[in-house]
Amino acid sequence: MSDAPEVPVAPEVRQPVVTPVRVVIALCLVAPFVAMLWVSSYAKADPAFIGIPFFYWYQMLWVLVSTALTMIAYQLWQRDQRGRKAQKDGASR
Amino acid sequence: MNDGVNGVALAVFIFFFLAVTVMGFLASRWRKAENEQSLDEWGLGGRSFGTWVTWFLLGGDLYTAYTFVAVPAAIYAAGAAGFFAVPYTILVYPLIFTFLPRLWSVSHKHGYVTTSDFVRGRFGSKGLSLAVAVTGILATMPYIALQLVGIQAVLDVMGVGGGEDTNWFIKDLPLLIAFGVLAAYTYSSGLRAPALIAFVKDTLIYIVIVVAIIYIPIKLGGFDDIFSAANEKFSATNEATGKPVGSLVPGDAGTWTYATLALGSALALFMYPHSITATLSSRSRDVIRRNTTILPLYSLMLGLLALLGFMAIAAGVKVENGQLAIPQLFEDMFPDWFTGVAFAAIGIGALVPAAIMSIAAANLFTRNIYKDFIRPGATPAQETKVSKLVSLLVKVGALAFVLTMDKTVAINFQLLGGIWILQTMPALVGGLFTRWFHRWALLAGWAVGMIYGTVAAYGVASPTQAHFGGSSKEIPGIGEIGYIGLTAFVLNVVVTVVLTFVLKAMGAPDGVDETSPEDYTADAGDKGVAVELPKVGAGH
Repeated sequence: MSDAPEVPVAPEVRQPVVTPVRVVIALCLVAPFVAMLWVSSYAKADPAFIGIPFFYWYQMLWVLVSTALTMIAYQLWQRDQRGRKAQKDGASR
Repeated sequence: MNDGVNGVALAVFIFFFLAVTVMGFLASRWRKAENEQSLDEWGLGGRSFGTWVTWFLLGGDLYTAYTFVAVPAAIYAAGAAGFFAVPYTILVYPLIFTFLPRLWSVSHKHGYVTTSDFVRGRFGSKGLSLAVAVTGILATMPYIALQLVGIQAVLDVMGVGGGEDTNWFIKDLPLLIAFGVLAAYTYSSGLRAPALIAFVKDTLIYIVIVVAIIYIPIKLGGFDDIFSAANEKFSATNEATGKPVGSLVPGDAGTWTYATLALGSALALFMYPHSITATLSSRSRDVIRRNTTILPLYSLMLGLLALLGFMAIAAGVKVENGQLAIPQLFEDMFPDWFTGVAFAAIGIGALVPAAIMSIAAANLFTRNIYKDFIRPGATPAQETKVSKLVSLLVKVGALAFVLTMDKTVAINFQLLGGIWILQTMPALVGGLFTRWFHRWALLAGWAVGMIYGTVAAYGVASPTQAHFGGSSKEIPGIGEIGYIGLTAFVLNVVVTVVLTFVLKAMGAPDGVDETSPEDYTADAGDKGVAVELPKVGAGH
């Protein structure tokens, strides 16, 4: 496969790989794993919600919680990427 | 239960079936490209799908008719253990958020159509790529077969499946027609057909679930009554094992099984070729990431659907074959016309994934077996022709499988398929992040995982089966009962890491990596990715 023509690259400005925002993103993505794989924390029938045992409604609730967390991660990631791009463009000028 | 044909339900079912058939054939004109004769067009819908089309396509692809029948069936039979499907689908999305955009970028940049294309490009190893392709095809075939089992379940309950004593041809005729039609429009329209039909499928499914989850509990006297009926059933003793038949909440012994099944299945889902086909058909990197935030709506639906298994118990549905429990529940509870809608949802729910799976398997064969080993000089037009033919063969194979063998054989192979496909993860996901692994080590790790997984699964007995009785077994060294696939995966990774150290120390030749670090973050519109795709097969 032929490569794209070489584009002159601006001197790379080193940006830290691990930033507070990225740590938050990682936590958002890891949280569902901790919650769901720790089965004994939710393997019980009480308290029930409208007759549904805890075990079931708690996991259904986590569908919503993990969705919210993934959305936060997505938003933060977008912002992180935009910020980096702006910084890079600024540096190349 | 075959007390005559349910005429109204059958009429509604046929109406929807005809409607999607017309859509399937018309789909070839949808977003038509100038050059149809390439795998990018036929096999990936022109890589043009935006956020919503991708959402419907992936949803229609991952949550199959078999899922709709099997998950509530597992709940109906054993209770809590079957609910692992919910944490499984919760974990999938944060997981793919991390690696799928990278796969999209590198595939777009280099014109990869399958995961094996990527593995070959990254590690410069046709052998490893072949291993991934063969695993993918083997894992997909029984999955297609199970979609047929899903259609059979609704046909049976509607009374058109025929009894055991009916002539086999009459009995299987409806299934043959359904599959013949499916094969024809997949052949002519490619991935565009299931993408368009997925809209109908998912809309129907959502309507049916929302109605079912409100209407049925009201008829049965609320969730309190439903769960106490279920509790009563599960506390009865199973004569074969001397233990209760099931439970509402997993006991201490069941927690490892539950967690490992959820994790192992979540890791495996996006290793399946059909998941990747739907992913690569999307227009941009952002479409993928945005989809990880909206796809969980399907998981919520799956959770609600799982609860239908308890409702079937409370409604007094008595079936020998658990897979008929939900279709039977619908027929008992709903007015006839809505039963037809519900059955159409399940039936069409089988067609969409079956089409995508056959396309995915066909692409693997064409790109990674035909082109790499049989005919290296194949043009894009030849590739497309081969892929179309193979998609037919794959479906005929699946059909023959279901019609000639016992249903349990398909289920056993599906179980094995899940274990197998997980063994391709180190090469694929590992490769997306690092080039450190050695190609031969990956191949050896894969082989060890495949062998261990197969042997272990063979050795699981259940009260009804001597072999392949389940997917869980004691984890060596830990002693708890866990998902075999995950144990095999851990072994696979250990072997891969150890051998990589050894091979590097020995100076074994590392393959050529045709990708570069920027390829993994490239997006549509970037330099070199641009709107113009590299022509498939042109430069490799």
